[in-house]
Amino acid sequence: MSEDLRKLVVDGEEVEVPADLTLLQACETAGREIPRFCYHERLSIAGNCRMCLVEVVGAPKPVASCAQQVRDLRPGPNGEPPKVNTATPLVDKAREGVMEFLLINHPLDCPICDQGGECDLQDQALAYGRSFTRYEENKRAVEEKYMGPLIKTIMTRCIQCTRCVRFAAEVAGVEEFGMLNRGEDAEITTYLEKAATSELSGNVIDLCPVGALTSKPYAFEARPWELRKTESVDVMDAMGCAIRVDARGTEVMRILPRIYEEVNEEWISDKTRFVWDGLRRQRLDKPYVRKDGRLTPVDWTEALDVAAQKLAGNPEGIGAIVGDLADAEGMKALKDLMDGLGVKSIDCRQDGMILGEGPRQSWLFNSTFMGVEDADHLLLIGANPRYEASVLNARIRKAWLHNDLKVSVIGEPVDLTYDYDHLGETAADLDKALSGDLAKAFKEGGRGMIVLGAGALNRPDSAAILNRVAQFAKDAGLNQSGDDAWNGFNVLHTAASRVGGLDLGLVPGEGGRNVAGMLEAARAGEIETVLLHGADELRDNDFGDAFVIYVGSHGDEGAHKADVILPSAAYTEKSGTWVNAEGRVQTGARAVYPKGDAKEDWAIYRALSDRLSRTLPYDTLGQLRAKLIEDHPSFGGIDYAPGAADLDKLDFDALGEKGDLSAEPFRSAVTDFYMTNPIARASRVMAECSAVKDEAPRMEAAE
Amino acid sequence: MLEDKDRIFTNLYGIHDPGLEAAKKRGAWNSTADLLSFGQDWIIDQMKASGLRGRGGAGFPTGLKWSFMPKEVGERPHYLIVNADESEPGTCKDREIMRHDPHLLIEGCLIASYAMRAHACYIYIRGEYVDERIALEKAIREAYDAGLVGKDAAGSGWDFDIYVSHGAGAYICGEETALLESLEGKKGQPRLKPPFPANAGLYGCPSTVNNVESIAVAPDILRRGAEWFAGIGREGNTGTKLFCVSGHVNKPCNVEEAMSIPLKELIETHCGGVRGGWDNLKAVIPGGSSVPLIPKDICDDVLMDFDALKEVKSGLGTAAVIVMDQSTDIVKAIARIAYFYKHESCGQCTPCREGTGWMWRVLERMARGEAEHSEIETLLDVTYQVEGHTICALGDAAAWPIQGLIRHFRGEIEERINQYRSAKPHVQGAAVAAE
Amino acid sequence: MSTRRLAQEQPESFVFSDTSTKDVEFWLNKFPEARKQSAVIPLLWLAQEQEGWVTLAAMESIAERLDMPKIRVMEVATFYTMFNLAPVGEHHIQICGTTPCMLRGANDLKAVCESRIGKKGATSEDGRFTWSEVECLGACCNAPMAQISNKDGHHYFEDLTAETLEALLDKLGAGGAVKAGPQNGRQTSAPEGGPETLKDESLFDGSRGKKLKSIPNAPQSSPEPSPEKKGHPKETTRDSQEKARTDSQQTPDPETKEDKKAVKAKDADGKKGGGDA
Repeated sequence: MSEDLRKLVVDGEEVEVPADLTLLQACETAGREIPRFCYHERLSIAGNCRMCLVEVVGAPKPVASCAQQVRDLRPGPNGEPPKVNTATPLVDKAREGVMEFLLINHPLDCPICDQGGECDLQDQALAYGRSFTRYEENKRAVEEKYMGPLIKTIMTRCIQCTRCVRFAAEVAGVEEFGMLNRGEDAEITTYLEKAATSELSGNVIDLCPVGALTSKPYAFEARPWELRKTESVDVMDAMGCAIRVDARGTEVMRILPRIYEEVNEEWISDKTRFVWDGLRRQRLDKPYVRKDGRLTPVDWTEALDVAAQKLAGNPEGIGAIVGDLADAEGMKALKDLMDGLGVKSIDCRQDGMILGEGPRQSWLFNSTFMGVEDADHLLLIGANPRYEASVLNARIRKAWLHNDLKVSVIGEPVDLTYDYDHLGETAADLDKALSGDLAKAFKEGGRGMIVLGAGALNRPDSAAILNRVAQFAKDAGLNQSGDDAWNGFNVLHTAASRVGGLDLGLVPGEGGRNVAGMLEAARAGEIETVLLHGADELRDNDFGDAFVIYVGSHGDEGAHKADVILPSAAYTEKSGTWVNAEGRVQTGARAVYPKGDAKEDWAIYRALSDRLSRTLPYDTLGQLRAKLIEDHPSFGGIDYAPGAADLDKLDFDALGEKGDLSAEPFRSAVTDFYMTNPIARASRVMAECSAVKDEAPRMEAAE
Repeated sequence: MLEDKDRIFTNLYGIHDPGLEAAKKRGAWNSTADLLSFGQDWIIDQMKASGLRGRGGAGFPTGLKWSFMPKEVGERPHYLIVNADESEPGTCKDREIMRHDPHLLIEGCLIASYAMRAHACYIYIRGEYVDERIALEKAIREAYDAGLVGKDAAGSGWDFDIYVSHGAGAYICGEETALLESLEGKKGQPRLKPPFPANAGLYGCPSTVNNVESIAVAPDILRRGAEWFAGIGREGNTGTKLFCVSGHVNKPCNVEEAMSIPLKELIETHCGGVRGGWDNLKAVIPGGSSVPLIPKDICDDVLMDFDALKEVKSGLGTAAVIVMDQSTDIVKAIARIAYFYKHESCGQCTPCREGTGWMWRVLERMARGEAEHSEIETLLDVTYQVEGHTICALGDAAAWPIQGLIRHFRGEIEERINQYRSAKPHVQGAAVAAE
Repeated sequence: MSTRRLAQEQPESFVFSDTSTKDVEFWLNKFPEARKQSAVIPLLWLAQEQEGWVTLAAMESIAERLDMPKIRVMEVATFYTMFNLAPVGEHHIQICGTTPCMLRGANDLKAVCESRIGKKGATSEDGRFTWSEVECLGACCNAPMAQISNKDGHHYFEDLTAETLEALLDKLGAGGAVKAGPQNGRQTSAPEGGPETLKDESLFDGSRGKKLKSIPNAPQSSPEPSPEKKGHPKETTRDSQEKARTDSQQTPDPETKEDKKAVKAKDADGKKGGGDA
């Protein structure tokens, strides 16, 4: 596709830019800074704040640079490129005027405003505003609005830029924000001042250019300049959203998104954003050993001795289960320790998911998240991306809205924020739904994607489902090789640790037991020791008389069952590696130190290995990572998602097994979005969200 | 004075029956199919040759506007939208067309739609004109029943549907893109341009928005000839025009007159003169509340047309003449207009949303004299900060009357401030003045 | 105008009456099915006609009927000032207060209302009268004037004085019949005392209705064959709708250079007359 390039003179400097750029973008290309409030790259253009006015030579009045494209400009009489000026007296005066208008009814309560220090209005007032006021009238006051437990409002500060309204309508797909009334009485509100129901609602806090919408849990907690900012990776789902963890002293004060085009653009879910109070509560900050039926604090030596003694037993009587938030380093150390001990019963699939054998492509989201925007047809099976991967869901919506992506669903008929064809609800519906017609539609309809949700892969008939779906993938010609290679087979995990765990081979070895097998064996007395590595989501929590060693950060399900607790660091407290659903390897840095006596997981296993005389061959994190990459080269490609590379390794004929498909309806792996892991369950904010959500009317089914 | 034979709106005052048969007798629907048979290009050429400039306020040449519509109908249908959201203070002419001469409008809609290859036309009428809407719906029903619109409209072979929709109290919907938003069932907030309606108007389809009067005169222009129309008025300001004269005249009225008629003649011939005589005149707002007022000395000989009024830094606008005699509190009169714009601002863009309220409040104080002299300059500066910085023209419309006031009656504002101060010795500076 | 708020007390439910239902159909038939949102203002108006005001239940019912998010309907209901968000009296007296009416005595009319009914926006104690000040109602040649909304409709009462308004309110209060239009005997917006124009009998004797012998400037050659026939463009494609929804602000269709210039000129020219440009 040849790009239509146009010449343009910005402040005397000639640039050549694509014709479909806005003047604002073109000016930025030329290195000019254009102030703005309403304009946002990822939202539709409103053109309402008028801050971005520039002078187009020949135009009778200043032009809102966000609202005109380069192609809208006419060349001069002799074909000279159009001229745009951004620093003339006309422009300065216009900006000063707009700034003044914005401020006359703004409370100027910066000293008590949480946006202070990172406020567009404050910054731009300094740069473009007057140094005094000419406004002698009373300022307008706007009544407060309730928007739920996450968004704090001071609506008098609102400058009516409508970013929040556009975000809710366009990105989140939940039309609950609006601007009521008109003129100077116009005010932003949610419908009837109900709590925002979108799982992405917190993003309006970032979008709000002033202090009208701020974070309720963070209110009056800190000033931005006091915070230590650390780049990290989110573990609330399997997307691996890029986050920035802001901390002061020993506490995480807030979590914000980082821009990562391929993964989360610049959005994060409310769980990702607001879970941080869960990092302060229910923490395991010292080792415990159960004595006389009660968990009793002990020192590390005693706890490690007790654990080591148990792990020194018969390896066939030992099992290890890995939870959903684990980093690769901890899992690697655990795996190496278990291998050293000869333990075969190891499993990273708490939910009983069947994947783990065969090529890596069989458990990845191969089309990549960004690939959704290149797809023409998407089939969701047993997945509810809205709650399993909220930010990905926003991308699906975007593709549906702008690229005419056609979506079909086999599974729960829930509101996904976009229209879809509902082809069935149960596995038994697969046969009918995946008929020749659909395969033909996929085959002839360009690029197709199938997304198998975790809810389709942890059932008794999952092998049959996988087999049936793989057959369809083959019939539909889903994968296309060549220059424009495309892998349309996708698994949408819900656990941040899952792909890393599978990549590391944390599945039962020869003769080993899987999670269900271990639990059964524990109750039968065949397994005597179970090591839970942050495993708190087991469907079945009855370990019989087995001795339970819990390594983890929060006092949740696993810890309650434990006989020994070895406290470890939460995700913000360690430098760790996670592999997201796409197979993208990402590292997060440590924002704060672990709580109390807690240690990083790998260090705990390293200490245990020493006691068990199976000393792991690494003394530092660096050495561990070198070993990790040596043993598993895929971990060497930081930030790389393989996509359609090695497409040919995925043999659809080899996936799953033929079998009967049950009439049991598909159920999403996520039942309560706000309560999916021990950190979230420890969070008061998440509990409040969960409670508010239950009050809200049930989501209506989409057609 | 324009001769009766040259008048188009022969039932302007509703003396005669607005119904179809009577309208036909007065010349409506005469040879419509023949006019259409000459083709789109002919119609547009005739409209261009007539020199008709849009009657809604901006005065853009109607024929040229029609020619912007795509010459071929693609996937998207074309629409004609008639702007019957008559709300500019001082203006009450379209109302008379819709309730007394609706068939001229309906026939015009068919001709204009055909010329622009539209099979459907929406007339958007302001919500308050309930009786006018009912009258118009009745006339449309008659036209359908008589086969003048609908399938094979008037025997022309062109399928044409015409619908009336309405607003519910929002001046801004008279702005063409706000009107389109409203017609689509949204708040009347103007759109950014480009794209222009001829590219993406109603439902994203090519659309043209025309004022009621512009459309209603089209059939007569074609029937009588472009030269006839162009022969009335001055070059560039041709044709007949409905004038609405209100305020301090002895006999306020609507009247169809020749474009470029001297203002004084208009008032004296048709409106019984200014209350208390011409010399009792203080100022006139010659084109609806949006245009700057002109004081008596300009009124003495100014012509009522686009160019003449532009020369005196005002405008013809909708040709709504608001006359104010010497008894008028001119600051209060303009403050009331400022209130109007504050009330009608849609709130979308910053300068208008914030500026209209600011300007109104300052003017209210000034009307009481409760202001500083320096605030006059500040107010003027604020009007320039609103003007030209907004999405639509409402910001300009709010700024201009105030600019006109300060341009011509600054002394009166100053005087008012002085009076206020001398009456209130505690006001800073008053003591000095009083000494 | 102060901020318009929904009434605190709201009825539980809303249904269109049988009569209204017919009207709802009438309005829905005017717009393409995919564009039924276009009917939101007329439907809100019908609801107000039926209930006297726009209730929350009516908004929600209309939202459902038109497949619109509720917040969008509420935006519309609060934006347009003719929608009463709270109940009003049996007779809603809407006094035009804008400058043309003000110049001819609107303030006197307001004073009458204040003394008889109460403060601006108030409803009389017996609940029969509400009065509001509204902006220009477009009957400026018959100023000052008021629109009175009641079971008889929404008629304009023009050329009022304090005395005639008092008399009008007395009559309404007594349940008597009132005549809309100018209250001083004038013929619509003709000058008082009768029109000076449009007296030429030939305008009305039918001579203008006679088929034209020739049409000026008719093309020399035979006219084009009758215009192409095309179906009714009731539906637009999803494509164009989506474009309108998402891209319309950014991607104008390609157009000829000449047209583009002219369009630009239009922008430059189209400055004034926010009212009814």
